[in-house]
Amino acid sequence: MNGIVHPGRGDRLWRGIIIGTPYVWLLLFFLAPFAIVLKISFADPIVAQPPFTPFFDWSASAGQRILATLDNYRFLLEDNLYLVSYLNSIKIALVSTALCLLLGFPMAYAIARTPQPWRNLLLLLVILPFWTSFLLRIYALMVMMGQHGLVNDLLLSLGVIDQPLAMLYTNGAVYLGIVYSYLPFMILPLYASLEKLDHDVHEAAADLGAKPTQVFFDITLPMAVPGIIAGSLLVFIPALGEYVIPALLGGLDTLMIGHTLYDEFFVNRDWPLACAVAILLLLILILPIVLFQHFQQEADA
Amino acid sequence: MNRPSTFLYSVLCFGFAVLYIPVFVLMAYSFNDSRLPTVWGGFSTRWYSALLENEQILQAALLSLEIALVSATFATILGTMAGLALSRVGRFRGRSVLTGMIAAPLVMPDVITGLSLLLLFVSLQELLGWPGNRGANTITLAHITFSMAYVAVIVQARLANMDQSLEEAAMDLGGRPFAVTRDITLPLIAPAMASGWLLAFTLSLDDLVIASFTSGAGASTLPMVIFSKVKLGVTPEINALTTLVIAAVTIGVLISGWFMLRQLRAQPAPP
Amino acid sequence: MTTPGNTLNTLNTTDTPNPEFINTPWRDPQQRPFIEIEGLSKRFGDFIAVDAVNLKIYRRELFTILGGSGCGKTTLLRMLAGFEKPSAGRIRIDGVDVTDLPPYLRPVNMMFQSYAVFPHMTVYQNIAYGLKKEKLPRAEIKERVGRMLELVQLTALSKRKPNQLSGGQRQRVALARALIKQPKVLLLDEPLAALDKKLREQTQFELMNIQDKLGITFVVVTHDQEEAMTLASRIAVMDAGDFVQIGTPSEVYEFPRNHFVASFFGSINLFDATVTSVDAGELCVLLDDSDTEICTRYEGELAVGSACKIGVRPEKLLISTERPAEQGNTITRGVVEDLAYKGNRSIYRVRAQNGRIIMVSAQNKQRSAHLPLEWDDEVYLSWPSDCSVVLTA
Repeated sequence: MNGIVHPGRGDRLWRGIIIGTPYVWLLLFFLAPFAIVLKISFADPIVAQPPFTPFFDWSASAGQRILATLDNYRFLLEDNLYLVSYLNSIKIALVSTALCLLLGFPMAYAIARTPQPWRNLLLLLVILPFWTSFLLRIYALMVMMGQHGLVNDLLLSLGVIDQPLAMLYTNGAVYLGIVYSYLPFMILPLYASLEKLDHDVHEAAADLGAKPTQVFFDITLPMAVPGIIAGSLLVFIPALGEYVIPALLGGLDTLMIGHTLYDEFFVNRDWPLACAVAILLLLILILPIVLFQHFQQEADA
Repeated sequence: MNRPSTFLYSVLCFGFAVLYIPVFVLMAYSFNDSRLPTVWGGFSTRWYSALLENEQILQAALLSLEIALVSATFATILGTMAGLALSRVGRFRGRSVLTGMIAAPLVMPDVITGLSLLLLFVSLQELLGWPGNRGANTITLAHITFSMAYVAVIVQARLANMDQSLEEAAMDLGGRPFAVTRDITLPLIAPAMASGWLLAFTLSLDDLVIASFTSGAGASTLPMVIFSKVKLGVTPEINALTTLVIAAVTIGVLISGWFMLRQLRAQPAPP
Repeated sequence: MTTPGNTLNTLNTTDTPNPEFINTPWRDPQQRPFIEIEGLSKRFGDFIAVDAVNLKIYRRELFTILGGSGCGKTTLLRMLAGFEKPSAGRIRIDGVDVTDLPPYLRPVNMMFQSYAVFPHMTVYQNIAYGLKKEKLPRAEIKERVGRMLELVQLTALSKRKPNQLSGGQRQRVALARALIKQPKVLLLDEPLAALDKKLREQTQFELMNIQDKLGITFVVVTHDQEEAMTLASRIAVMDAGDFVQIGTPSEVYEFPRNHFVASFFGSINLFDATVTSVDAGELCVLLDDSDTEICTRYEGELAVGSACKIGVRPEKLLISTERPAEQGNTITRGVVEDLAYKGNRSIYRVRAQNGRIIMVSAQNKQRSAHLPLEWDDEVYLSWPSDCSVVLTA
């Protein structure tokens, strides 16, 4: 503590390490891969390893030549399969988000109004599925809905039906699968905004002459809007690019873009086209993601 | 506080039924001697023995655990650094880029993350001759990348709630930046780091899509094996596996709940 | 030191205290300031938190910076500690320019408003932290922490964790932790704000005792004028990033420079007046409601014939039904509009002739169940003329 000492080199080094390490890691393993996807989406497929033409032709004697083609994107717009996949994904994601909201809102509301310590227990029951394998839970659903599953078995023995229902490998199964998997994502933000709701506000509204339904629509619903938006986007965004659920529960006609991309890559081995599909999927996702971050920042402020 | 109505409770029960019945039914089936779910062939643990003798599943489980342990650990280190960089070191150039790179993996569809990382590994292979054979190594790198974002978010949330004057006080008392991080910040965010590690571990164990993309010919993680088996329909060994996984998770949750309760009781509210 | 400012200031100054100014070193022109702040500014974007302030604080002072929230007092303190980098200006402590030093290299310690007691360390570990960072031998640390624990009366609690301490105990841990390194300057950010009223009064005196015993220069930031008055050797009143007035507690109370300072320390009554003569630091004015001429010290610039305001503290006013003696007094009249009996004193609200409300605080020296005055009584208000202050802003 004597004389003038300047902050040591070690102190700046520590700061540099803290910022630099995750930065470099993410540049290399997150940002660079996207640049590559973008690049390959403009390449031509060839039968080789790797199966696409190089973006820069280093062998050309007259220096670099950029081999870019918009063929992949043109193909995406021309072939019905992709357009249908995109639209179908959006439809399925939207409908399952709405179903999640319909089921999740009363659940979140009931939990928020339950006194402690039961409330914590109910919350634990909502969170618990998070920690169990997603894949195994989808599998459990498959077993339930199968030809010889519990549901068919039950309905048959009750005499409601005489032939097993084809529930598995349908669009309906995909909706159920998404609701089943993503319901906790809807309930938690809803609960967070409903929990803050002071019960006195309800009583004040009732005291001022509002009927229970009016209290709900005038007080409860408007105050839950941030939770509704956050929960809906948390369901919609992952549902849109979902692969496992349509792959296991969907039928041949259940076209979802995540599944289509996977097949394009692994089955057709058309890497450039798969990249183009990915880029378009990202473009569709940008709007809900930007919306989500906007609302998150508003909630934080 | 008036209690929720019967309607609300009915929906709540229905919702929990949807969430839990399939899993419970599956657990019951795992003790069914018959291969067909419709037929009750009597109580049996034969599928558990079959599971324990299934080399493929055991190998895959071991590989998955290995990948999950390593990737969760590195993700916790990198994610904690990123959380500190975003909320403790002040302004720096490119901060908004880092914020974006932390937020994006949380909402990125698995298929895109997997595809882009595979293409990176292929390109690196062409350029540098690395990483050679794709397998545990490339899956681990991929899992670190997507789960470090989750750790960063958890750590950042904890840091946002922490009184920054604690670190200022340490610095005021002569602690250099590294010492302040070691003496004050890390001990205080340790619970958040532990939650982050657990989440990263679970995410890694659970991941099918990213692992499928980034894995090579040889290596199959547990989800990859499960997926290839259940695609064909009911597999009794998987029923047994599900039961074991759920039992492990439940025990884990109970233990951590007990620890949290004990901690709460050990710390009386400040007067 | 090679900084030009140092050489200029140290030419004719001394570090040894002059016995004549032992309690008022700022009056000694020969005394070298211990903390020197020159043209210090801090901007956050477009907002100017601290606006080119100059300040000299002397050794062993208990200097208080007083101001409302957002006046820049905390930013100033944080620049002294090294947590904020000044946008412009220099800070010297004991002749050393510390402006560019990080907090961990400054001979300064701080007690935080939130106390910032490390929750994962015991009382002992908290207090020992600063010495451990100096890499002192274990025995010395033990010895010094032991003495410090005694000074703040925490010896019995040394093994406790902060969550097992009361607010007052945590405050003493924070104080001990900041004092253990024997800093040249101790910075205290609202040191008593988190304590309840009774504890606050007791702690004020403890702080003063400790400061006296250790001889460390204290710089206290507070928004509480009573706390500032009790603790301070000098008070700097701050507003909108700049000092409005710097002086001893009685100076800022009795001779406020302007209306802002006057009303910050309790209430003050304002009377309209007109300047009649100006002469070398003395200003004479004629009160609009009275025929008395008041002559008082004034350093500002006011022209003869211009309007100004005269401020008088409520306790300086005498209220009576009979006209008091003229000698040296200023007299005006009014009607009692409201009164409040407070036990030791009574507060009267009197409407003056021009309609302004005048507050009078009267000591209840006589024991009586009846108040000497009633509502709507016509009264005389008078005060010794030299209790008047000329106020502008």
